[in-house]
Amino acid sequence: MTYDLTFAKEVYKNSEEGHWIKMCMQCGVCAGSCPLGFLGAWKYSPRQIFQMVRAGLRDEVLTSSDMWMCTSCYNCIVRCPRNLPITHIIHGLARYASVQGKADPKQPTHQFAKDIFWENIVATGRVGEAALTMKLYFKDGIGEGIKQGLEMKDSALGMLKAKRLKPLPFRGKIKGYPGFKAMLNKAFELENKKEGKA
Amino acid sequence: MADGQAAGQTILVVGGGISGLTTAVEAAEVGYNVLLVEKSPHFGGRVTQHNKYFPKLCSPTCGLEINYQRIKNNPRIRLMTLAEVEEISGSAGAYTARIRQSPRFVSQKCTACGECAKACQTEVANPYNFGLNKVKAIRHDHFMAFPSHYYMDPDFARTDEAKKLATICPVGAIEPDMQAVVIEEKVGSVVWATGWKPYDAEKIMPYGFGRFANVTTNMRFERMADRFGPTGGQIIRPSDGKEAKNIAFIQCAGSRDHNYLPFCSRICCLASMKQATYVRNAYPDAQVTIYYIDLRALDRYESFQKMVEGDQGVRWIKSKPARIDEDPKTGNPIVVGENTLTGVRYEEPYDLVVLATGMEPNSATSARVPMPDAHYDEYGFVVSAGGLFASGCSSQPNDVSGSVQSSTASALRAIQTVVHAKG
Ligand SMILES: Cc1cc2nc3c(=O)[nH]c(=O)nc-3n(C[C@H](O)[C@H](O)[C@H](O)COP(=O)(O)OP(=O)(O)OC[C@H]3O[C@@H](n4cnc5c(N)ncnc54)[C@H](O)[C@@H]3O)c2cc1C
Ligand code: SF4
Ligand code: SF4
Ligand code: SF4
Ligand code: SF4
Repeated sequence: MTYDLTFAKEVYKNSEEGHWIKMCMQCGVCAGSCPLGFLGAWKYSPRQIFQMVRAGLRDEVLTSSDMWMCTSCYNCIVRCPRNLPITHIIHGLARYASVQGKADPKQPTHQFAKDIFWENIVATGRVGEAALTMKLYFKDGIGEGIKQGLEMKDSALGMLKAKRLKPLPFRGKIKGYPGFKAMLNKAFELENKKEGKA
Repeated sequence: MADGQAAGQTILVVGGGISGLTTAVEAAEVGYNVLLVEKSPHFGGRVTQHNKYFPKLCSPTCGLEINYQRIKNNPRIRLMTLAEVEEISGSAGAYTARIRQSPRFVSQKCTACGECAKACQTEVANPYNFGLNKVKAIRHDHFMAFPSHYYMDPDFARTDEAKKLATICPVGAIEPDMQAVVIEEKVGSVVWATGWKPYDAEKIMPYGFGRFANVTTNMRFERMADRFGPTGGQIIRPSDGKEAKNIAFIQCAGSRDHNYLPFCSRICCLASMKQATYVRNAYPDAQVTIYYIDLRALDRYESFQKMVEGDQGVRWIKSKPARIDEDPKTGNPIVVGENTLTGVRYEEPYDLVVLATGMEPNSATSARVPMPDAHYDEYGFVVSAGGLFASGCSSQPNDVSGSVQSSTASALRAIQTVVHAKG
């Protein structure tokens, strides 16, 4: 394990809401409130992640899968005695890890957010549900995809019947797509400037 | 007025807890006139509700008794109970205070013989014991009450039963028609000592106080451990009266938390350590668990902490629990959280959980200083300024010895103000 003593400052400055981490008093309420703890889904609780940031465990934090597991249930935020916007800090760290190229590209939430969901929405300006679902099911190969598809078959048919799922993979671009693109480009430009990549 | 001191040199002390009593006695014993105004029927305040004092584990009654003797022997102190200050005008050295005294419905002739209470049929939830038991509608609060005279609640005083009780009192002390009195007094300085109230634990929703019978608070626990208290000193579960031997204390319940009281109440760590000794003395096979963020046994109290830490029956878990559930079958509260030293999640059942709630200053709500330019800090504690001085827990959260020190200091500053005013 290496301790990078500049890491905490880096996070306070560059990761969204990261500066709040210095306010954490390590009480454990967030960890005790997080549903993921009960499911055994995490290795590090939010409290531990914050402690690790402060201790300078750069790689352990940025490569951790735990930030990607947050369900945004907000249990932690409402209970934190020190008013830390924990959910947002956790999402900020996840994004920061992704931008830094440290997040595992195969981490399912990461992969879904970065590749599948993002590409899907950027292509047309709206979510194409069928394509999105297909891509998600088949992301681990044909076999896995068919297996998952069969498992979810009844739900999918039900949703189709109730008109909750649009069958056609491609419904074309939204009205004013060029404006949407221009907005995205501007956002990228601002982001890159902030991250010093301009 | 003793040796012709001018009326404007009187020191008005508001609140007759250990702090107000101390200021009154200290100022009077060096020759100044004091008017001590207490809102409730008796003096003594919160410490009368304590079973024992940390760190010596002695009874609060002994320190109080000494103060009462000093007051009784001192003609410079005038006492008012059931009284509140409605308005203070003027400036340092020359204040006028308007004081309203509510009727007690029992006069000073009362000898506290108890005949009226014996005959009284009406019972009410006992506020002195936080409603843990019932008490007669005519009463005094405890056997050490000072003054010991009985009192009645206003609603009861209007009943026919109260009128009937008046006829049986052997000394004719019961006066159901007694009226409120309003007086004006010239005073030179004002000492505010209205103390604190326990933070309302029902507001801490995730801990379930008020929903779960076996989740209680530290002040209720003090009453329970007192042999003159509602359970005769038995430490038992409110739900079924069974002995409570596996007890958890949750520190900072409602303190150090931006959702509740943002500050540290300073005494609740020590209070839980003290209460751990109650449990361990009551049941040698008892297990006490203390959940804490960090332990704050201030300065010289560290030895007290060391003493409690020496007891193998007391377990310490560094964690602020996230919530409490209830096992519907057993009524056991289940404490849920993360042990921050190991990172391991726990869900642990107990017989009884005690919330170590903190102190909310009365001056933030029910005991505002009725002076136009009174100052408060961000939490509602009174800030001393001009001829107004805050004592004890109306100035900051404090233990008894700290409160007494601050009250002696207030006596001195109040004296300086009246001396300067005289010129
Ligand atoms: C669970 C618990 C256990 C504790 N145990 C200990 C211990 O073992 N040892 C220790 O040193 N400390 C202990 N403390 C702290 C102790 O209770 C305080 O230090 C002490 O009560 C402070 O006294 P006070 O006179 O400042 O306030 P209070 O005791 O609150 O007295 C204030 C008085 O003012 C009166 N009053 C209120 N409003 C008005 C008004 N508007 N007008 C006139 N009068 C008014 C009240 O009726 C009361 O009589 C404990 C605290 C808690 C919560
Ligand atoms: S609840 Fe807040 S203060 Fe407590 S450990 Fe979590 S982030 Fe830190
Ligand atoms: S918002 Fe995320 S981190 Fe917070 S409790 Fe919910 S799942 Fe856990
Ligand atoms: S009011 Fe009368 S009967 Fe009641 S306790 Fe006092 S003296 Fe006794
Ligand atoms: S004294 Fe202890 S329990 Fe009370 S608020 Fe401070 S740290 Fe918390």
